[in-house]
Amino acid sequence: MKEEQRITGLHGAGGEVMGEFLAERVLPKFGDRSSGRIGLEALDDGATIDLPTGAELVVTTDSHVVKPIFFPGGNIGTLAAAGTINDLAVMGAKPLALTLAAVIEERFPIGDFERILDAFAEVLDTVRVPLACGDTKVMPPGDVDGIVLNTTGIGAASPAIGDASFSPGDRVIVTGSIGDHGMALLAAREEFRLATALASDVAALWPLIECALSVGGVRAMKDPTRGGLAAAMNEMARKAHLCLEIDEPSIPVKDSVGGMADLLGISPYEVANEGKAILIVDADHANGILDVLKAHPLGADAALIGTVTDEHPGRVILATAVGGRRFLDMPLGDPVPRIC
Amino acid sequence: MRSPFRLSDPKRGRDLADAIRILAPPEPFKIVHVCGTHEMAITRNGLRRFLPETVDLLEGPGCPVCVTPARDIDTAIEIARTGAIVCTFGDMMRVPGSETSLDGARSEGCDVRTVLSAADAVDVARQKSVEEVVFFAVGFETTAPTTAAILLDAPPPNFSVLLSHKQIPQAMAALLDLPNSRIGAYLAPGHVSTIIGTHGYWSWLASFRVPIVVGGFEPLDILYAIALILRQHRDGVPKIENAYPRAVSDRGNPAALALIARVYEVADVAWRGIGTIARSGFRLRDAFAPFDARSRFTLELPEEESEIPGCRCPDVLTARAVPTDCPLFATRCTPLSPVGPCMVGSEGACSIWFRYGGRKSL
Amino acid sequence: MCLAAPARVIEVSERSAVVDYNGVRTTARLDALPDSVSPGDYVLIHTGFAIRRLSPEDGEETLRLFDELAKSLAEEARDDEETAGKPSTFDEGSQIRPPS
Repeated sequence: MKEEQRITGLHGAGGEVMGEFLAERVLPKFGDRSSGRIGLEALDDGATIDLPTGAELVVTTDSHVVKPIFFPGGNIGTLAAAGTINDLAVMGAKPLALTLAAVIEERFPIGDFERILDAFAEVLDTVRVPLACGDTKVMPPGDVDGIVLNTTGIGAASPAIGDASFSPGDRVIVTGSIGDHGMALLAAREEFRLATALASDVAALWPLIECALSVGGVRAMKDPTRGGLAAAMNEMARKAHLCLEIDEPSIPVKDSVGGMADLLGISPYEVANEGKAILIVDADHANGILDVLKAHPLGADAALIGTVTDEHPGRVILATAVGGRRFLDMPLGDPVPRIC
Repeated sequence: MRSPFRLSDPKRGRDLADAIRILAPPEPFKIVHVCGTHEMAITRNGLRRFLPETVDLLEGPGCPVCVTPARDIDTAIEIARTGAIVCTFGDMMRVPGSETSLDGARSEGCDVRTVLSAADAVDVARQKSVEEVVFFAVGFETTAPTTAAILLDAPPPNFSVLLSHKQIPQAMAALLDLPNSRIGAYLAPGHVSTIIGTHGYWSWLASFRVPIVVGGFEPLDILYAIALILRQHRDGVPKIENAYPRAVSDRGNPAALALIARVYEVADVAWRGIGTIARSGFRLRDAFAPFDARSRFTLELPEEESEIPGCRCPDVLTARAVPTDCPLFATRCTPLSPVGPCMVGSEGACSIWFRYGGRKSL
Repeated sequence: MCLAAPARVIEVSERSAVVDYNGVRTTARLDALPDSVSPGDYVLIHTGFAIRRLSPEDGEETLRLFDELAKSLAEEARDDEETAGKPSTFDEGSQIRPPS
């Protein structure tokens, strides 16, 4: 039986082995879409990108180190592609091209590397975005933990939308259920021995956001990744020096996410989401935007969850199910399970 | 299938709020609870806004984060530094001992792991049979039976327990004995009471003649318990009352109490910020001495933490001061750089007040 | 000091049970439970151990207790004219409602 093939130093060395590896195992995954006149297949030092006229250029970069590398619903490749596309999308930017750099530990299984690339390519396909260029480096065993991915995303927006240009009276919308990714990854930790059907919600959101933007009235957007809904909403409130008043029962949370939250003592508002966005929108357009979101498969559970006020500037307030009120705080660090 | 035990509908919330308003005492009245989970439920649901102006609801020493002695944390850290694997609950990881925390020890390279159960720590010991595995056992009477159960279950020879369980009624009595306590009533912890029953409070607390109401953890459970406390206060007939009958009986849980009796002896133990409270903790019975981590490891402990000038944690923990009475509050002492245990973790009184901008509620 | 969740028993073996809480499955040890349990029962779980058997009717029963107390106090208050002028401390007007 053939031993599993593994990455060696030669795969990152720039010579014949690397050239063959790229031509046979990597490039074919990224197909026939080109970013511009000089695209991926040219294997040149850089790539050109065709820009629409009159648009603002938007660029974003990210490194991805998620553990575990493979999780229910996807892998680090899915996360890298979707996360970068989503960073562009919540700036109001149509993705034009992505780059991908991989730093791989020697002895990493090639089969796993290919699965990661396949997942990355699959996400690009869903939004028909080309890979403009890439890079591979191999490090000795122990110098990097498995694999690290870095991406850059390039997009065009007319105009770009920030995360803080909203006003009192605007409405707060989330595009779907909260806490799915973070709780799915916690459930996947073997030592916790919790079994659930929960999977990551990782998804590229540009098609959904594009629909919302077409209605008009979107004032600000953010994707609640690390730190969860709590961190993202607090950041928006602080930057705008305004208050977000949120009706807690309106926040969509899956039953099993709530179940995980109760069992571990970790709030679903403090864990990452990888396929959701927060939109703050003009009140007159709120229902129209909500309708188009809910008509799209990625936004079926979208909900209107609150309103912008200036009562406690920089803070987020929750009206609780039983009729109480409290601040929703910026999380201090990575959440840990409690017993008390 | 959703749990049938979610008790949080707003209409009943309003009804119980009305009940509380009707029972509002004319003069200041302090209710103390002693459970981190009660504090979380109160804060997360914004329940303090249901209280009349005259009623204060404060947290006493009810959270292991706040009351585990620095010495015990230092011991756990030194054990980890010998190369042993130390397992404990997530709550304990960030609490500072005299020098650093277990999380700090992990950053140094020690093998410190979060477990969700004492049974999981034993599993680690079975998997890692060549290494010493120590379970840092914190918690009150709700958790003490679980550590007892695994000790009775023939744990492997490389396993031991650093015992730090405590008993809450003794602490409740000790607080009432302090000068200037002014505690009007106790909201007693529901799941501790599942184990010890309402009877568990009699011998320690009946003579103080303050209302003691055992409360559950759903928002409506807590409002209901507060209403019962205020009714006892109004009627002038203090007693031990059960507001959580679906989970608490008078006798408690005999199987759990039997586990405790088989494995532990009662001992005098220290509570951080309060001092030693007689008969408020446990030590292992002789038969289980081989599993006592304190005798298995020879350790050199750092100098014990000295009292920090100005820190009023002892008064806050005993519900005799509020966080804003402390000169260090929000100046030198913040959640990101805590000085005393009340500011560490999400359930310490000072940590909560800090997030609320120095007020008792929104 | 009391984080515990009421989970439904799915399967029982000698010392433990597989339980389901809102779609999350885990195992709970039964060493600390005085009663026997069967699938369909509810148990309160704390750090992986069952500490109390519950029945779903207990939830309804609890709500009945709340309603009884609220009702009897409301009746007392109606009979007691002194409380008529007392200001409410519960400000309904500040409740947030989602836009309809």
